[in-house]
Amino acid sequence: MNEQIIILPLLLHLVFSISLMFFWTNIKAQKVLSITGSFLAMCASIWVFIYVWDNGIQTFQAGNWEAPFGITFVGDTLASILVLLTGITGFAVSIFAAVSVIKARLRFGFYSVFHFLLMGLNGAFLTGDMFNLYVWFEIIIISSFVLISLGGEKNQLEGAVKYFTLNFLASMIFLTGLGVLYGLTGTLNMADLSQKIPLVNNQALVDVTAFLFLVGFGIKSAVFPLYFWLPASYHTPPSAVSAIFSGLLTKVGVYALIRVFTLIFVNDSFIEIMLQSLAILTIFSGGIGAIIQKNIRKVFSYLIICHIGFMIGGLGLFTEVAMAGAIFYLIHDIVVKTNLFLVSGLIYRLKSTTSLDRLGGIYKSYPKLSLLMAIPLFSLVGIPPLSGFWPKLSLLLAGFNEGNYWYFGAVIFGSLLTLIAIAHVWAKAFWEDGKEIKKSKKFIEFNQLRKYQKMQYVAPIVFLAIVSLYIGFGAEHIQQVSLRIANEVFDKQAYFDAVFK
Amino acid sequence: MKTIILRTASDFLLPVLLLFSVFILLRGHYLPGGGFIGGLVASIAFVLDAFANGLENTKKLLKIHPGFLMPFGLVISAVAAISPIIFTGQPIMTGLWANDPIPVIGSIGSALFFDTGVYLIVIGASLTIIFTISESA
Amino acid sequence: MEILLAITTGILYAAGIYMMLRRSMVKLILGLILLGNGVNLLIFLLGRITKGKPPIIPEETKVFEDLFADPVPQALILTAIVISFGLQSFAIILVKRAYKVLKTDDLDQLNTTDEDS
Repeated sequence: MNEQIIILPLLLHLVFSISLMFFWTNIKAQKVLSITGSFLAMCASIWVFIYVWDNGIQTFQAGNWEAPFGITFVGDTLASILVLLTGITGFAVSIFAAVSVIKARLRFGFYSVFHFLLMGLNGAFLTGDMFNLYVWFEIIIISSFVLISLGGEKNQLEGAVKYFTLNFLASMIFLTGLGVLYGLTGTLNMADLSQKIPLVNNQALVDVTAFLFLVGFGIKSAVFPLYFWLPASYHTPPSAVSAIFSGLLTKVGVYALIRVFTLIFVNDSFIEIMLQSLAILTIFSGGIGAIIQKNIRKVFSYLIICHIGFMIGGLGLFTEVAMAGAIFYLIHDIVVKTNLFLVSGLIYRLKSTTSLDRLGGIYKSYPKLSLLMAIPLFSLVGIPPLSGFWPKLSLLLAGFNEGNYWYFGAVIFGSLLTLIAIAHVWAKAFWEDGKEIKKSKKFIEFNQLRKYQKMQYVAPIVFLAIVSLYIGFGAEHIQQVSLRIANEVFDKQAYFDAVFK
Repeated sequence: MKTIILRTASDFLLPVLLLFSVFILLRGHYLPGGGFIGGLVASIAFVLDAFANGLENTKKLLKIHPGFLMPFGLVISAVAAISPIIFTGQPIMTGLWANDPIPVIGSIGSALFFDTGVYLIVIGASLTIIFTISESA
Repeated sequence: MEILLAITTGILYAAGIYMMLRRSMVKLILGLILLGNGVNLLIFLLGRITKGKPPIIPEETKVFEDLFADPVPQALILTAIVISFGLQSFAIILVKRAYKVLKTDDLDQLNTTDEDS
């Protein structure tokens, strides 16, 4: 074996996605296969991460074509940790989906598309070619369109139309940027571009291209002016689907922004100011949106936007400390946001609603589960030993040292708004005495479920809670990883040398 | 559009177009052609048949639901893509070629199998889409 | 030729965005299709248009002898066309389902996702 193991998780998802198609009608077999598949992919991604951590950046050329002509796959530490997180969240969600997604959806190939989506995510993280990145993006969004509209309920279809339109528009803007980039440099290999972009005569056009990429990825990662599709669509599909969307889909946009603006368009002061101001506006609008919502899933949707701002701002500061903070936040956010939507699915199963006006008394009737659900909620807020605290500390420090007090204030304000929103959820849903909720007859109560089904509801949340506790208590390790990633991300030459061996 | 001219013509055109799609599939790689275009030509053949004889008859002609072609196509393509890793240890999607060309078909390589997979996927996908749209009209 | 293509590209972009801003769902799809075609033309245009041969070296020789066309933009466009083919056909089915369920073609009526539930 050699450097090719970096695409092992990708290939595993592909193989399982195809083999799931052969069990189109047999739902039981699909569940077993999918959970096995995502478990294997998780193990493979752990292996990939360890391999990359020990041996440095791994690259290989698909089709054995030399570097600038063929498609390069690059596994650096940033890519491999994201592959690892994809594996972890994918495993948790596939267990959760087995029990929470209704049969009618599973019968239309839910699992097959789900694995296809995970394959696309892995590919997007690992590719070293701009056009290939576009292709993986399209694989991701086409599978997410199917997942978001599976079931065909009224609000689901509406959300899907909005989600589809803006994501398609973002892809088109991204593709426009690609076309201009190719016209300027004659190459699409990221490592090659990093060397050729500074040599282009027409730097004004380079700025325009950078802005096209900023807009395209900005829409996909729900950055300030164009985030409206996210709260309109993320609460409509089943919780398992929203969990994987909220954990990973918007973060692919953030990953692409980090990659593009540290490798290809660097030292662009306009983009820096743009990123910082967008970050501040995103934090404000997301946070304020979160505190006025009355549906748990919508509160979480707005919090996604708010916290995207933290990461974008960390990227916009362009220092190593800030970048390490942003990466740390990314790692924490993927795990915790996925877990939050799983929690919202569990709350729905407990009480048959996710509306804060009607919820209540969960702590009284399910004290142990409430404590479990408290872990992701308060990790998100960043109560000191939990995982959200440490990256915010780095981001605040970076903002303060850079003298960027607007960002500094925005992070504090955003954290405060997060605290208010989560405290609101906690008080309304868990502590306050609830009214009796009318449940439809078809609704199956949590207590009526069989024991293994209850396990399937709780186990993924426990699993992700343990991971986020580790991120909190073992923050030293994660900080080490983030610092190394921040180092690597700013070292363009090492990336170039790894691709052009 | 059930005119006798179209119906008679489509009966002749269906086999011809299918044969032409296979020709385009095999012609690919060094000349214009390949799996995607071949697959589109083949699915157009079936759509023409559906125009002339009605959707139900075309479905009877196909015997299986076209969606089932997709997993098979994907298997062929995926195996062709992964085969270099397994057999020669070269990176994924490297072209493997047999030494001696075979008459009519030409040189056999993993690219041909990849294209054949694409051919099946394209027929399956486009026919599924078109049938879905026209069924619920 | 370049000028003509550039103008066409511009018109396609403008028409696509304009159609997307209309309220009808059918026009939304038309807009997406126009925009997709505009992007493809843009890539084609920026890949330098040449009246060249396909970039395949004959067996007898080692290097190109004629003027050859850059194959990369064409490969990119082909990929983009395939992808937008899939996306657009999905969009048509989606809009059709949405029309059946929501019983309206007006995008301004799509506001149930904003209500609290």
